[in-house]
Amino acid sequence: MAKYKMHILICGGTGCKSSNSLQIIENFHNILAEKNLADEVQVIKTGCFGFCEKGPIVKIMPDNTFYTQVTPEDVRRIVDEHIIKGRKVPDLLYTNPENKEHVSDSKHMDFYKKQIRIALRNCGFVDPENIEESISRGGYEGLAKCLTEMTPEQVIAEMKASGLRGRGGAGFPTGLKWELCAKNKADQKYVICNADEGDPGAFMDRSILEGDPNSIVEAMAICGYAIGATKGLVYIRAEYPLAIDRLKIAINQAREYGLLGKDILGTGFEFDIELRYGAGAFVCGEETALIHSMEGQRGEPTLKPPFPAVSGYMGKPSNVNNVETFANVPVIITKGAEWFSKIGTEKSKGTKVFALAGQINNVGLIEVPMGITLREIIYEIGGGIKDGRQFKAVQTGGPSGGCLTAKHLDTAIDYDSLVAAGSMMGSGGMVVMDETSCMPAIAKFYLEFTCEESCGKCTPCRVGNKRLCELLEKITNGTGTMEDLESLRNLAAVIKDSALCGLGQTSPNPVLSTLDNFWDEYVEHVVDKKCRAGVCKKLMQYVIDPEKCIGCGKCAKGCPVETIQRTDYIAPGHKLASFHIEASKCIKCGACINNCKFGAISIK
Amino acid sequence: MATIKLSEDKINVIKDICKSFGNKSGEVINVLHQVQGKFGYLPAEVQEVIAHELNMPVSKVYGIVSFYSFFTMEPKGEHPIDICLGTACYVRGAEKVLDAFSRELGIQVGKCTPDGKFSLNTLRCVGACGLAPVAMIGEKVYGRLTPDMVPGILAEYK
Amino acid sequence: MINVTIDNKAIQVPEGTTILKAARMAGIDIPTLCYFELDGMNFENKPGGCRVCMVEVTKDFNGKPRRNLAPACATDCVEGMEVLTASPRALNARKTVLELILSDHPNDCLQCEKSGDCELQSLAARMGIREIPFKGEQTTYKKDTTLSVYRDMDKCVYCRRCETMCNKFQTAGALSGVNRGFPSVVAPAFEQKLGDSSCINCGQCVQVCPVGALTLVDNIKNVMDALADPTKKVVVQTAPAVRVALGEEFGMQPGEIVTGKMAAALRRLGFDRVFDTDWSADLTIMEEGTELLGRLKKALAGEPVKLPMFTSCCPAWVAFYEKNFPDLLEYPSTAKSPQGMFGAVAKNFLAPKMGVKREDLVVVSIMPCLAKKSELARQELGNGTDQDVNFSLTTRELAHMLKQCNIDLNQLPEEDFDNPLGQSTGAAVIFGATGGVMEAALRTAYEVHTGKTLPRIDFEETRGFQGIKEATIDFDGFPLKIAVAYSLANARKLMEQVRNGNPNGYHFIEVMACPGGCIGGAGQPYHHGKSDIIRKRMEAIYREDSGKPIRKSHENPDIIAIYKEYYGEPCGHLSHEQLHTHYFDRSDKLEATK
Repeated sequence: MAKYKMHILICGGTGCKSSNSLQIIENFHNILAEKNLADEVQVIKTGCFGFCEKGPIVKIMPDNTFYTQVTPEDVRRIVDEHIIKGRKVPDLLYTNPENKEHVSDSKHMDFYKKQIRIALRNCGFVDPENIEESISRGGYEGLAKCLTEMTPEQVIAEMKASGLRGRGGAGFPTGLKWELCAKNKADQKYVICNADEGDPGAFMDRSILEGDPNSIVEAMAICGYAIGATKGLVYIRAEYPLAIDRLKIAINQAREYGLLGKDILGTGFEFDIELRYGAGAFVCGEETALIHSMEGQRGEPTLKPPFPAVSGYMGKPSNVNNVETFANVPVIITKGAEWFSKIGTEKSKGTKVFALAGQINNVGLIEVPMGITLREIIYEIGGGIKDGRQFKAVQTGGPSGGCLTAKHLDTAIDYDSLVAAGSMMGSGGMVVMDETSCMPAIAKFYLEFTCEESCGKCTPCRVGNKRLCELLEKITNGTGTMEDLESLRNLAAVIKDSALCGLGQTSPNPVLSTLDNFWDEYVEHVVDKKCRAGVCKKLMQYVIDPEKCIGCGKCAKGCPVETIQRTDYIAPGHKLASFHIEASKCIKCGACINNCKFGAISIK
Repeated sequence: MATIKLSEDKINVIKDICKSFGNKSGEVINVLHQVQGKFGYLPAEVQEVIAHELNMPVSKVYGIVSFYSFFTMEPKGEHPIDICLGTACYVRGAEKVLDAFSRELGIQVGKCTPDGKFSLNTLRCVGACGLAPVAMIGEKVYGRLTPDMVPGILAEYK
Repeated sequence: MINVTIDNKAIQVPEGTTILKAARMAGIDIPTLCYFELDGMNFENKPGGCRVCMVEVTKDFNGKPRRNLAPACATDCVEGMEVLTASPRALNARKTVLELILSDHPNDCLQCEKSGDCELQSLAARMGIREIPFKGEQTTYKKDTTLSVYRDMDKCVYCRRCETMCNKFQTAGALSGVNRGFPSVVAPAFEQKLGDSSCINCGQCVQVCPVGALTLVDNIKNVMDALADPTKKVVVQTAPAVRVALGEEFGMQPGEIVTGKMAAALRRLGFDRVFDTDWSADLTIMEEGTELLGRLKKALAGEPVKLPMFTSCCPAWVAFYEKNFPDLLEYPSTAKSPQGMFGAVAKNFLAPKMGVKREDLVVVSIMPCLAKKSELARQELGNGTDQDVNFSLTTRELAHMLKQCNIDLNQLPEEDFDNPLGQSTGAAVIFGATGGVMEAALRTAYEVHTGKTLPRIDFEETRGFQGIKEATIDFDGFPLKIAVAYSLANARKLMEQVRNGNPNGYHFIEVMACPGGCIGGAGQPYHHGKSDIIRKRMEAIYREDSGKPIRKSHENPDIIAIYKEYYGEPCGHLSHEQLHTHYFDRSDKLEATK
């Protein structure tokens, strides 16, 4: 990076790409060329900066200026003002929502202040398609250290000492997992990276692979060295084309640089990586199902034992970790277990990446130390609830997790505290909800997901979750009974206790946690036939207030089922007769309410 | 058992793909990915040819195709529309957006318009939660959608 | 040995013993549903999917209770383990799981073919299910039938036994788990008709199905109608394996031989003549043995000839090689199966003797087999308008028919078969067990080939439950290399060898599709995975053989007589016309269109 005076980093992650960041990059190239600055200013397409809410993001180095919501048209101004004249463009800077001041350096933004970026250390800083940039930021130093200074046993000991736990779900200690696999002698072993991120609402693995694929390549090689494997396999979602491309580029470049292949760094160590594509099955996040899928079968989990460490891919000892787990590995090696284990809580070391989403101001990808509170995440990093509404719940752990409430806001979050609160870490989805979310409907949303994604192998998950879903359907359409609520709880408990795999065993969590934390809301649906959030269509009615209706007829015109008719009542002060919605035919699409400019239509 | 009829071109495409994976039955998922990439979908005859080439029962191939949601036996429209129903999009009103698309196009989820122009499907998280709710038409991502934006978006393709 | 405590009972079990088996050793019977094992017969279905056998592990390897319940069928005991098989928690889960299964089941037990033999029905009774608390959607699928197998997947409990049988045991590959989640079902590709798939109608899916999802195609009414028709003469033949299993349906011990009682029962049903497929098994040996010797002679003379020769009595096996090995169709013997030969003799030789037109002679077979129902419809086993065998009933159907007609096998005297198609040898009886056709053929081929009397009649090397048995038989100086296989997965291995140039130099190979041969056939009384039942049937087969006065097919006086009177010689012109068949390429083919 030495010869350039300035660097312009533009996010090329999926979120910013969707808002035209590639056009921004092209404009920068063109305008810089036009001004003869192409040799002095380098334009870099990076991975995700995390602050997706304000994308597309453009960052100027070395002065660390952080421009948000940039459009292709803004590029000329940035070049003219900032690059040429050295003056920041104020209206593109981030505005602190509280004091309305512009903040130019990301370090001072609330969104970044409390973050510690280990797994995401390079995301947004390097060109993920250029291994040299990665190397210049310490990439592959960990691998070099392992191969030249450490025995495999020492690598495992370091991992164990670091306290790193699996970031994909249940939090099994990574070092111990490696050790179990290392112990099993075999002619071939496999290092498997689970990149089949299936949790709807979590996209950290994708961002790491898009923003820093080399860290995964390096970590897998380190793991291969530690457990005695020469082959690595990445099981990646086919729906992630950008991540696939960048990973392929990283693997090819690593081969060219002698960082993969036979005789890595001249040490005689051999390791290489191949890709396998997932095909849309959430259950393949479960490691036995993942392995069967890689073998070309239906992705159905099988009983453990045997564990993959004993009999995994093709019956050989295999170690499966997910992307975020691997992303931590190289830093642990270079900076040491002691450094790493100082971050976090007693039983959960290091950081966790969360995909912060939902009804929150700052949607994005964040990495925070274990032990941080939900309040810090939601109100400081997340900037609070959207549109000034009231916080209601936060869902963590995706379909396997649960909904936590205001009473959990000050819990220091780690693997164990989340489980104790009835949820789980999962892969790190964190969806914030306000009063517009209906909790029984949220439980139903997750159960529908689980039903769709259940492999069908075991009865509790195949039939049990279907029945849970049907009970929730009854409750949300107003035909539920108090016995149904009892039934729901009992069935959920049995499914949790008796399903075959992790997916089935955790699938009732959204039901159980909402029953525990939002019991009143369930009772309201059942007894009062009321949905306080106004979500459950069967429990609501659109009504026109005849006193407010001016009779313009816009609502009737926009009604797709023609259920709005003019009455013969003219309210005092109005010239035209008001309209009325025939409730029995209404499909509750909400078109009328959007069309009414006079606030005459409301939901009862 | 029967005779599998398919055009020679297609048979050759499938044969080449199978061959590139060493005609190994363990590679069937990779083969299916590539074949679907070429043809857009995996009708029965295509699966039969794959089974034939990989020397495995066609029941197994179908067992796999019907298991994974990425594989489809239905042809897609010229402009495939995918509505994200991930959690982030859901809590920001994705269902209403889906209803609007369905209403505007006059088709149910999983179907194709009679003129073959649009097909409507749902998916779980495209990883653009910052833009929720999100829809994709072909490769293009549309973010921060509201139901009233739908007619305008569709007009771009008419 | 390791120490475990199950329901407070301490026992020692070998390492690797599952909780289920350990409990059984301790006299505790944990109910199961999907679990199915045929000990020593290469069949195991242990997906751990139904979750009926869930137990509570109160002390695990780490001294702590296990967090979740454990499936007893698939969890190995560890030292010091403590298990409760009927704790309130385990019972609640077991009952709930059962209620869930029943909530997606038609529960039409009164009309169900499987009623009385249904494992789900017994479980519901045992667990005292009185209502099904869960109401909701039920899965429905198209009903489907071949000539042998009827599928009503609405009743499927997704135990996967049929899938395992079809793919692991038979490698027929007709069935697979399809879809996922609630609509999951075991079905052929594209949920097409089973008859359009690679199904070979072995029917083993029916034999292992715990419920009424897969059942046989019931032909009782066809036979009843024929018996009631005054214009028809109805004759019946009974296969070797039926006589050692039929008694089970009448409360007798497995392995009781009911040959005489069965003949009496068939007569009471009104059959005009009661014959024996054993007789035509002897005839088969004459034809097949002669064919083998013919091929061997040619081989010794250096002429081109297809070796090894495969047996062809098993119709599932015939369908299997027609569908999977179209390049090897010249290897199997062209001899028809004993059912087929009987039909040919009955329609061509017996009908004129009885003074009836062939169309008015109805030939019924009683078989341990479902594939026979499909075999009899093969076009070459009839004259175009009238099949040689008109109906085939299974052992189970015969038992049903007898019960419907108020005939209790226990109460009947022993009677003989009618002649001339009733007398048989010990060699014919052993057709019912794996290795039996081989042994019978050896007894005859040896003596015909060498002109000497066999020094020993029993060929122990062809007996028993080993999946593939190999031996070299000294044919008076010539080393005859043989192999015997049951389960088409094993047959496939041998066929692959033949395809690759027969490196082991086999001359003769016997194949039967079902576990242990026809005694484990799909038409036999349900064994519910109790492999001891099949073993007992096999012992009975060899007991019947050793008790026979004549034990070599070529010494059967009626066989000698029919060659003298009618066929001339084995593999002669007339026998080629009537007793031999040919095979068709029924494999999938690619056809390029423009």
